Amino acid sequence: MLEVSGITQIFGGVTALEDVSFRVNRGDITGVIGPNGAGKTTLFNIITGIYTQTSGKVVFEDKDISGLPPEKLARLAMVRTFQNIELFGGMTVHENVMVGMHTKSSSGMLSCALKMPWSISEERRIRNDSMKWLEFTGITELAEVEAGNLPFGKGRLLEIARALAVEPRIILMDEPAAGLNSQETLGLAHLIKRIRDLGITVVLVEHDMELVMDICDRIVVLNLGRKLAEGTPREIQENPEVIAAYLGDDD
Amino acid sequence: MKRELLKFVAFSVFVLLLPLQFKGGYLMNVLVFVGINTMLAIALNLLLGYAGQISLGHAGFFGLGAYLSGILTTTYAWNPWQAMPVAAIIVGCMAYLIGFPVLKLKGHYLAMATLGLGIIIYIVFNETVDLTGGPSGLSGIPYLEAGGIVFDSDVKNYYLIWGITLAVVLFSINLANSRVGRALRAVHDSEVAAQVVGVNARLLKVQIFALSAVISSLAGSLYAHTMTFISPASFGFNFSVELLTMVVIGGLGSVYGSFLGAALLTLLPEFLRAAQDYDIIIYGGLLVLMVMFMPGGLVRGVPDLFRRIFKSRGGADHA
Repeated sequence: MLEVSGITQIFGGVTALEDVSFRVNRGDITGVIGPNGAGKTTLFNIITGIYTQTSGKVVFEDKDISGLPPEKLARLAMVRTFQNIELFGGMTVHENVMVGMHTKSSSGMLSCALKMPWSISEERRIRNDSMKWLEFTGITELAEVEAGNLPFGKGRLLEIARALAVEPRIILMDEPAAGLNSQETLGLAHLIKRIRDLGITVVLVEHDMELVMDICDRIVVLNLGRKLAEGTPREIQENPEVIAAYLGDDD
Repeated sequence: MKRELLKFVAFSVFVLLLPLQFKGGYLMNVLVFVGINTMLAIALNLLLGYAGQISLGHAGFFGLGAYLSGILTTTYAWNPWQAMPVAAIIVGCMAYLIGFPVLKLKGHYLAMATLGLGIIIYIVFNETVDLTGGPSGLSGIPYLEAGGIVFDSDVKNYYLIWGITLAVVLFSINLANSRVGRALRAVHDSEVAAQVVGVNARLLKVQIFALSAVISSLAGSLYAHTMTFISPASFGFNFSVELLTMVVIGGLGSVYGSFLGAALLTLLPEFLRAAQDYDIIIYGGLLVLMVMFMPGGLVRGVPDLFRRIFKSRGGADHA
């Protein structure tokens, strides 16, 4: 479904990623792990169109998406979340999710301003359908709260709800458990499984090993900008190179 | 939505009944300018308050509308009703083309670029004497005329200008409360997150810049046809700053706030006649005070103030 091949990224003189390749299977939860500075977030930023790689390519559903901007990727049903949650702080929780339906609506500036009949009915559809995602993530009662006032954990849920409103076929989450307490992390694990059950492929960068081992079907390990290993959670846990990278070599 | 409509009806009734209070007179003339400035403040607010993109050159678009209308109706003897939309379309297309390179810039750089744009337009008004009359201005611009009525008095112009202003108010409120308005605010709050959920932020910024220029141009044309005389001095950097002050004082991201800001800054000089030469200092001071103590503008700050006074009284009762 998603194929990353030979990605190299050079910032100035620093090689952040070197010849990284892996595949993500449809319907899987795939984890990307690695020590700090391994290049995980850079890799995410390349896949989701925030950066353009120095070389290599990204293929999504048989289409080369290298270098496409994020808004085009959203139309191809790829969406992401951010490590430091990016919300629309001045808007309500409900409005945030309504923006998520941007690609599922089409009224232009003039028909919105002149309240043409089709834009009125479209607006009603956006308003109603977006509630579904608030329910799915369990934040319906916060619908009218300004997003900037949400506690961090709820903000994370809102960001996921907004991403789901895009109706993606793949969602990439950058450290979704960062900043969450253990209770919230448990809820998140359950939520991610439910997202997969909707038929959405999930890729996540994560530091919380327990979470990764619990929910991921496959894991890709990066270290110092290179792919160190790839496999099931069990294979990764037993891989001596991975253990060495995380715990340090004996010699 | 019902509440929005109610607010708009109440506002319209207020605007339409206001002249009964004054029965003509000089103040009517000032209130015509309040209308024109309200349109301009709303135009700038769509860009600054909603999309979060600054412009220090909006007086330029205002001036272009005024001059295009003025030149087409005097030198080329067009009908004003034809000149106005043609001017608006020309200005809109110009803003659209300029918008692509300029709106790539952010923050201070965008402020500088739009500042430069405004100054260039101002210089063109001054220097192309054959076309614009240069510093001495362009006179003999015809009044608007509709159904045998010539809009040549303050009262007639009041209803003409405010009729159009109310349309701009409604247009902008509808836009703000729509899919496009939400996308604009999303770009303002987090451009990258807006892009990730599919908003083409770059195009949207250029579109709203062009729309803002079109409304400003329309206000400029109306200004030309109600004044019948225009000169570059009305469209300089000072006026761009004054517009910015109106938007910030009234309230960023609020259409009615733009009206409050425009009303205050248009009426204030009438009451501060003695301090005329110091107006820019007063605007600057107001701007600083507002940003420090009422960052939400009058439209949010004043109700807040009342609430606070009310609360502190309640507290005193308990003690």
